[in-house]
Amino acid sequence: MTSVLTSPTGAAAGGAPLLEVDDLYVEFRTDYGVVHAVNGISYTLNAGETLAILGESGCGKSVSAQTIMGILDTPPGFVTGGEIRYKGRDLLKMGAKEQRDIRGEEISIVFQDALSSLNPVFSVGAQIGEMFRRHRGTSRGEAKKLAIELMDRVRIPAAKDRVGDYPHQFSGGMRQRVMIAMAIALDPAILIADEPTTALDVTVQAQIMDLLQELQDETGMGLILITHDLGVVGEIADRVAVMYAGRIVETGATDAVFSAPAMPYTEGLMASIARVDQKGQRLNPIVGSPPNLADLPTGCPFHPRCPRATDYCPTALPPLLEVVPGRRSACHYAEEVLNDH
Amino acid sequence: MTTDTTPGAAPTVRHEADPSGVPLLRVEGLVKHFPITQGIVFKKTVGQVRAVDGVNFELRSGETLGLVGESGCGKSTVSKLLMQLEKPTAGKVYYKGEDVTHLSGKDLRRLRRNIQIIFQDPYSSLNPRMTVGDIVGEPWEIHPDVVPKGQRSQRVRELLERVGLNPDFVNRYPHQFSGGQRQRIGIARALALQPEIIVCDEPVSALDVSVQAQVVNLLEELKRDFGLAYIFIAHDLSVVRHISDRVAVMYLGSIVEIGTEDEIYEQSAHPYTQALLSAVPVLDPVARSQKTRIMLTGDVPSPANPPSGCRFRTRCWKAQDICATDPPELVDRGQGHPVACHFAEAVTIVGGDTHVPEPTTDLSEPVETRASAKRRTGS
Repeated sequence: MTSVLTSPTGAAAGGAPLLEVDDLYVEFRTDYGVVHAVNGISYTLNAGETLAILGESGCGKSVSAQTIMGILDTPPGFVTGGEIRYKGRDLLKMGAKEQRDIRGEEISIVFQDALSSLNPVFSVGAQIGEMFRRHRGTSRGEAKKLAIELMDRVRIPAAKDRVGDYPHQFSGGMRQRVMIAMAIALDPAILIADEPTTALDVTVQAQIMDLLQELQDETGMGLILITHDLGVVGEIADRVAVMYAGRIVETGATDAVFSAPAMPYTEGLMASIARVDQKGQRLNPIVGSPPNLADLPTGCPFHPRCPRATDYCPTALPPLLEVVPGRRSACHYAEEVLNDH
Repeated sequence: MTTDTTPGAAPTVRHEADPSGVPLLRVEGLVKHFPITQGIVFKKTVGQVRAVDGVNFELRSGETLGLVGESGCGKSTVSKLLMQLEKPTAGKVYYKGEDVTHLSGKDLRRLRRNIQIIFQDPYSSLNPRMTVGDIVGEPWEIHPDVVPKGQRSQRVRELLERVGLNPDFVNRYPHQFSGGQRQRIGIARALALQPEIIVCDEPVSALDVSVQAQVVNLLEELKRDFGLAYIFIAHDLSVVRHISDRVAVMYLGSIVEIGTEDEIYEQSAHPYTQALLSAVPVLDPVARSQKTRIMLTGDVPSPANPPSGCRFRTRCWKAQDICATDPPELVDRGQGHPVACHFAEAVTIVGGDTHVPEPTTDLSEPVETRASAKRRTGS
């Protein structure tokens, strides 16, 4: 390993972004046709920053995370274009060994379903400790000690007594804490959280989100939060990238995007959710359902559901362009949409 | 009941409120304990999971009662008890004043015609081998008097149209539909018998965000058109606020607070309700800055071994000695609605558009807020 180990904040020299995803394309070749899951997405992540990737199921948000982690199922999944640069080095061009060194050590991931991500026949202590044993060659006893420390750090009560317990003996929230403990074990520079709280109750969700933020404050890691929950994005993300049909359709600072969206899809999502802080408002759902990624509409993929669509929209794919400084939108009429708010 | 003969407006019944004022549904002291057994040949009961432990509420005609709570609080068990899919350990369910708790056979079938259910998972609640037409029309196999045989296929088409599906899809199978469309099929099936009450058990939580609103709007339209009453069970407090007239909050098998939507969301008086509301992430930056943060510590205790006295006391910042000994009753303690807390005090946690958020009362001390957590960790 190189000197990056010594810098838990992961701030790369020269102020370059920690992670750059550049024009990434991923497709799945299935018996039923080619599914275009990710169609040219680009984003950057800086140290200490929280980037939310917001989208509905099947929009490609998890596939992009799997590609960064190098855990895409190949076949059927194939990266057909683009680069993923971690501190300037393209992860996709690295050999398996190099990738393995980065995975877990520099970039780690927390999955949605902790129960199926943990191995039921090993104690949680052994699973957390495995990180140290694999990557650092730590002895069994030392690994157990470090596991207890980590369980303390993610606030699992009575860590010392519970280190030998098995995943089924923990509640959903505690299991997710175990997953987080494993993910932060080696002080990664980037943590990807893929729907980390979707299976959890709201009070537990609030605890986990707070924990992630505290850990981020302590270590300065970059956090990529993948979610479909607009409220969660609003509460913790610095920047948001909205995905639809495998493309990023809007990006910007979270509060700016939510107070005045520049893409009709973002607008539609906001109008369709019930808010706990408002009563009696009418919900305006987006008509129809998300498109089939094996058979995308022509032009702008959102046009069949878009209330603002014109005859032009089915003919040309709108590129993701800057609307105002720091804000980008993939809509032919982005300025009009923005000015309507 | 009035009968509407306009073609295409199936089902053709609109339910009107009973002028005598008898509630449509009344639940009294409902208890359901599931035994924990040990041994394979000789099963020995070693404990009880107290899934539902003394629940009382009323549902009036044309009303939507929201039932919220976290997983394991017993809200789905309540729905099964209402449907008579489970027999209660104790307590009674009255339908229009009649005790229906121990009905069986013909009487039970008669009751189920009036109370229908929509399930959470539209993937597992539709038989994959049946066509949509057969699924929606199946209730008439058991209740043949509702729709005469010759009119059934026509009525199925009307029902599909009413829930927003193309009537030409009658011969398709469930796997050919998206999640939102499947949930519409489940709704059409529930409407087939022209019920008065529909129990909606997490009807939108399995759906995509943009599709949830379509189903919520459909449920609201149907309620208006057919005079339906809903028991709306969900863990999503935002959706419950949107659709409910009254809301009951459950914790560990019992209702801790019940009141109108305004009372629960703007003047909640039970610490658990307050914590629950404060945990809901808020999108709007202005509303978020006005929100009180209450962070609960620990997990929900096991319903097999609930705490003595008030069940919330182990996680409550207001708990005192009395809470461990006296279970608080669900009564009005001066807040205008029933609250099961010895130290009930109405507080605004999230604002509403009719309500200016007040400065929050003393929730500061033992409560871990994000701000205090930040201060403590020195960041």
